Amino acid sequence: MTAFQSTKVEGQTDRAVPDVPQLVPVVNALVREMGSDRSRLLDIALAVHERYGHVSPGAMSAIANALGIHTVEVEDAISFYAFLNREPEGRFHIRLARTAVSMMKGAAAVAEAFIEATGAPMGGTSPDGQFSLEWTSDTGMGDQEPAALINGTVLTDLTPADVPAVVAALQAQRSNVPHPLFPGPLPKAEIHPSLVQPGPVLFGEGGAPGDGIRAALAMAPESVVETISQSKLRGRGGAGFPTALKWKLTREAQGDERVVICNADEGEPGTFKDRVLLAMAPDLVFDGMTIGAHALGARTGIVYLRAEYGYLREDLVQVLQRRREQGLLGKNICGREGFDFDIRIQMGAGSYVCGEETSLIESAEGKRGAPRDRPPFPVERGYHQHPTAVDNVETFACAARILEQGADWFAGHGTAHSTGTKLLSISGDCARPGVYEVDFGITIAEILRLAGAEDAKFVQVGGPSGQCIGPAEYGRHIGAREDLCTGGSIIVFGPERDILDTVRQHMEFFVEESCGWCTPCRVGTTLLKLQLDKIIAGRGTSTDTEAMAALADTVMRTSRCGLGQSAPQPVLSTLRNFPEVYDARLQPDPFIPRVSLEEALAEAVHVQGRQPSAEEE
Amino acid sequence: MGESRFTITVDGVDVPVRDGQTVLQACDEAGIYIPRLCYHPDLAPAGHCRMCTCTIDKHPAAACLTRATPGMVVENDTPERNADRLAILEMLFVEGNHVCPACEKSGNCELQALAYRLGMKTPTLPYLWPLREVEATHPDIFIDRNRCILCSRCVRASRAVDGKSVFGLEGRGIHMRINTDSEGRLDDTTLAAADKAAHVCPVGAIVVKRTGFREPQGERAYDKAPIGADIEARRQQTRR
Repeated sequence: MTAFQSTKVEGQTDRAVPDVPQLVPVVNALVREMGSDRSRLLDIALAVHERYGHVSPGAMSAIANALGIHTVEVEDAISFYAFLNREPEGRFHIRLARTAVSMMKGAAAVAEAFIEATGAPMGGTSPDGQFSLEWTSDTGMGDQEPAALINGTVLTDLTPADVPAVVAALQAQRSNVPHPLFPGPLPKAEIHPSLVQPGPVLFGEGGAPGDGIRAALAMAPESVVETISQSKLRGRGGAGFPTALKWKLTREAQGDERVVICNADEGEPGTFKDRVLLAMAPDLVFDGMTIGAHALGARTGIVYLRAEYGYLREDLVQVLQRRREQGLLGKNICGREGFDFDIRIQMGAGSYVCGEETSLIESAEGKRGAPRDRPPFPVERGYHQHPTAVDNVETFACAARILEQGADWFAGHGTAHSTGTKLLSISGDCARPGVYEVDFGITIAEILRLAGAEDAKFVQVGGPSGQCIGPAEYGRHIGAREDLCTGGSIIVFGPERDILDTVRQHMEFFVEESCGWCTPCRVGTTLLKLQLDKIIAGRGTSTDTEAMAALADTVMRTSRCGLGQSAPQPVLSTLRNFPEVYDARLQPDPFIPRVSLEEALAEAVHVQGRQPSAEEE
Repeated sequence: MGESRFTITVDGVDVPVRDGQTVLQACDEAGIYIPRLCYHPDLAPAGHCRMCTCTIDKHPAAACLTRATPGMVVENDTPERNADRLAILEMLFVEGNHVCPACEKSGNCELQALAYRLGMKTPTLPYLWPLREVEATHPDIFIDRNRCILCSRCVRASRAVDGKSVFGLEGRGIHMRINTDSEGRLDDTTLAAADKAAHVCPVGAIVVKRTGFREPQGERAYDKAPIGADIEARRQQTRR
């Protein structure tokens, strides 16, 4: 069912939810724990959610009162996030990723098994109130789909046969906690590390935690930026912006304080390399952030971790604590008098657009994750208006290795313009899905050979916002400047796969994840999906593909941020590269209405119990 | 002394700019109309509707948010820009339920007026027919979300001008809606008919009761002159 066909009247919320009597004192205590700081609203909401399983209208009022703001502002932020319920749901919230990869790996059958075992409908709660079931966007487990997320616990490689045991294990957990976080142990609750091919830069021989920091501290901050500049490091999130330039601009911007943010909101479907990096080499990432702090003169560091990776949080908190004890974080780092820098982890709450740096900053400030208008860019005015460098997890890890091993060593890998290595997340129809560290410049054909997918019919490079390419283009190279600039998502589709199915799944993703702020993205994504549905249903004509292409162009040109600007990519890149798959579905007629007369009248025919009679000529 | 002045070029015309002005503000003063819906001169720009998107130094950008810089080259009234505007306008019409003949704002409605100005006959995009709420609990004001285009003027006016935060956004994507600072009822908020927030709605979504038909249809603002004519009149004056 499409979003707008919902029978629930938009604007009406069920407010008849009784609140527990202890709510206000509990909320007050949680707010105090966060220093009664309005900018920690997301953390406060997550804490309330953890305690009660949802954030009720009463809880939102209590939060507003405790912070001295209006309830409407609290709801403005909370209602934005997919993982924050405002109404009571099941004790166990089961989320299944609905992605191109999960569907090819059998997520639909797993969903059916959950529906049967729990009694909950998809998108609803079981009659006994124990289980809620929901589709969600990619959870970063593309290499081990079908995957489920149950109150923070990740289950992988699920088959329908696994489901009864999972549900039985959950049912066996009798407690009064409304929303037990990380319930366990559960069958299949195992995340495979999936590092198929370690490379020399990120996973090669190297120093101990802190070596990069010590090397940086031996230089003036400007020289650190210069070293990064010599290495020609470019951002690893997908845009490929030169890291040294970002650091230089942040360093030179006017401001009393500077902030280093690590973007671990890895939400592009088919990407999971940061998950592996944070699990296997967190010290390298934190080293990189601390080197950045020295280079920029920052005292505050934030890791923005996507909600789906909540299971990593405790481990990362422990690593941070160990680093404080080792003198690698906190006051006088590595014995350098006055070099103070600390890192906190900001959990996300289910939003793809928060991977966009200005949305991420808004979210980290406790607001809805709507992107900001630029300029000013974060390097000038970012987190709490301070000059802020937001860099990808992998970028920080690279920076640490550059300081540790030297800029020339780093630049010795890759190509002249795209130096170093790139982590690829490879998933889909291939023999060896997982994370690969490869030199920049590698071709798609070589990637497919590595992963065991020589028969690929088409490949999605860079996720839904990237490009869909066919065998004729498998000679293209991965690289920031050369050709395919990507965050590293490679989804492989075998000979049996349907391109238009994939396009539809990717458009659904953007419909779900559009923030709604601007018209073209908010409405245009839904309309593009409708146009696509018409063509897939065999009711399209050449008029429809032309109209769809024109609409896609408008959305691309006029949307406010990168999400909207790239949301039409699934349509545009396939119209460009695979026009024949559209043509095959088109009817020769000049125009066919969206809905047939029979369908339009079906309800009336049913009610009246007769077919319409044609008017006499 | 004083603020610096320079010019930008808009569709080949030199437009004087005072430092700090946006492209849209400078054009307004110079008598060049750039279509807009969410922009309101008394409120900070928010960049929701994208109607004012111009080609600025070769890239599409919202004129309401882009600060003018010396020598900037702006394309506003071009076939490509107006085609995008028409498409966005259609999106807004199909997103909500806009029944002009039954709306008390007809003739004073900026959405309707812009559709006339840009020559929209009927939306070619499919209607989404959302089920939306009409709420009239407040003695002096009603809110009809069928007509809301999510411009956030009411949100900004209530917060920045009235100091009340009666309105906010809720939800995201195609489900986003204007929310009220109450458990559902407008009457439970501090909104008053004299508030700025009650008077900035470009469409008929927030209407002060008993005022809708004070002016007869046919004698309303955009019945007499197209939207933007007041701005363009300034250009006539400066030319003379």
